[in-house]
Amino acid sequence: MPGSSRSCVVRDLGRMSYGDALAIQQEIASERKQGLGEDHLLFVEHPHVVTIGRNGHEDHVLAPEAALRGMGIELHESDRGGDVTYHGPGQVVGYPIMDLRQWKRDVGAFVRGIEQVLIDTLDDFGIRARRIAKLTGVWVGESDETAAKVGAIGVHLSRWVSTHGWALNVTTDLGYFGHIVPCGLAKPVTSMAALGVKADSEDVKSRMALHFGEIFDFEMQAEPAL
Amino acid sequence: MTDVVMPQMGESIVEGTLTRWLKKTGDKVERDEPLFEISTDKVDTEIPSPAAGTLGEVLVQEGQTVQVNAVVARIDEGGGAAAASNGAGAAPAVPPPPPVQAAAPPPPPPPPAAAAPVAPPPPPPPAAVAEEPKEATGLLSPLVRKMARENNVDLATVSGTGAGGRITKEDVESAIQGKAAPAAKAPAPVAAPAPSTPIGQAQPVARNRVEPMSNMRIKIAEHMVASKRISAHVTTVHRVDMTRVAKMRAKHKEGFAAQYGMSLTFLPFVARAAVEALRAYPLVNASIDGTNIIYHNEINLGIAVALENGLIVPVIRNADEKNVVGLQRSIVDLAARARARQLKPEEVQGGTFSITNFGSFGSVFATPVINQPQVAILGVGTVEKVPVVIDDAIAIRSQCYLALTFDHRLIDGALGDQFTGRVKAVLENWSEEVL
Repeated sequence: MPGSSRSCVVRDLGRMSYGDALAIQQEIASERKQGLGEDHLLFVEHPHVVTIGRNGHEDHVLAPEAALRGMGIELHESDRGGDVTYHGPGQVVGYPIMDLRQWKRDVGAFVRGIEQVLIDTLDDFGIRARRIAKLTGVWVGESDETAAKVGAIGVHLSRWVSTHGWALNVTTDLGYFGHIVPCGLAKPVTSMAALGVKADSEDVKSRMALHFGEIFDFEMQAEPAL
Repeated sequence: MTDVVMPQMGESIVEGTLTRWLKKTGDKVERDEPLFEISTDKVDTEIPSPAAGTLGEVLVQEGQTVQVNAVVARIDEGGGAAAASNGAGAAPAVPPPPPVQAAAPPPPPPPPAAAAPVAPPPPPPPAAVAEEPKEATGLLSPLVRKMARENNVDLATVSGTGAGGRITKEDVESAIQGKAAPAAKAPAPVAAPAPSTPIGQAQPVARNRVEPMSNMRIKIAEHMVASKRISAHVTTVHRVDMTRVAKMRAKHKEGFAAQYGMSLTFLPFVARAAVEALRAYPLVNASIDGTNIIYHNEINLGIAVALENGLIVPVIRNADEKNVVGLQRSIVDLAARARARQLKPEEVQGGTFSITNFGSFGSVFATPVINQPQVAILGVGTVEKVPVVIDDAIAIRSQCYLALTFDHRLIDGALGDQFTGRVKAVLENWSEEVL
């Protein structure tokens, strides 16, 4: 809608641990639940971490926890939707903390909207990505059967306020995904770099924020200077 | 009592999975305090309690998927206060129906009597729905609308038995069958595919048991159907004289077991022969990507392993660099670790061709399904002694059938038979030493 007056603060947390970033999300979300504060889009890059979502099964983490720690990978339980995933350097993680009562009050539309943000962002870098019905996330590849996932999504809602969000592989070392994936029938993951696109994370974030504003009808604003 | 219902989370969302109860039966709960969590399409949502009181009955267990507006629990306010509604979902106040078995999870079968409500509860009072304005066509799930449309059912004539008088799938089914919907059959339907039992009859012992598929089963199902859709499956079967190999195996069996601590089976011989044939016919070791053919320089052999409740296809990497001993060792190791669920992800990825040994279960031959994105799979039938005619004399030979399923998009019948013929030739003229 033109002339929208809803605004969203974009804040880049830089490199930050999963736990610290979660605390910041929860702080903002708790304000939003009381009708205070502003909607936010947080960007962050996590050090190596494997997170287990609410629908996650520990046996989808293939390496034992001790082995993961030995490789410098943290293991973290999470209240987001979805199964097990990996975050790490080279990945642009976006956490929208927004009150869906002021948007569409529709989780389906919210997730489809996030997919569109990622699809539009990738398109800016010449990558044609798409959805696969019933497999939330953003995929590349001609056929559904051979498609690889480039962007993952997992969201938590409490009183219609969202936390968590998405992870887009920019230059992620895909080898780390090898420690999770369930049985051999799982689909592969890929990254923008693996698709032959050299993109700077900063550029990816700025395109992403732009598309996020378009799709969720926000005026995006940088965090007020301190 | 206040009904707690699965809230409407969005237009396209017709059901959700209850992932976690945050309170237990008997726990005190405040109004708007998180009560349970649901999961819909990668979104996890905390659902607040619609009222303050004590969590009375829990009708839906963790892990069950239920339709929007289904009653999942009841809150006992103690003081009999009017039902309060909350932001996330309406909680129509319906008179408490008798406890009805929640749905179809796999717990021990209840005694037959428990399945049928003994006395039908009074119909929901019309006033109870007032707080959520509803026209005849309001609050209908897309499924109900679709069923009604396709079967020419006028929804205005259907009386709803769901929460708050909502028209459910079962109501439409009853209308289609020309049966009057029962006065009230609360609580709301639980989504698991409950077979619709004719109403009014005494329900005998359940004829079916409903159990959710394991994750692995779901993936296998998807993979199998996808493979049948992607590839043009053709199976060719060759009869192979295994006598030479059987003799070789008999000769080395004991020494092999003594030296390597495992028994020597026919499978590594077949694998070795397949490697030889894959080298000769690289198209069989290829895969298809759109309109490109990808030739794989490595020969990575997938070996199908039966698990207790499924199957997995671990991969012997660079199988062309291994002799019979190495292949047998890999097969034993991968199969053991597959059954112990200790395979690493890279050990089930990157296969370029697969072998399935259904002969070990006594099958003579079968038509296996291709393991995508590969283009062929070799099925090994059981090896048995049969009378055969050689130079007009009858002899007893060890024999088996090899069935090659190939993707006819890429591999023509002639190539499929040349390939299988090569495997057969290697096995029938086995010349390699084993030990």
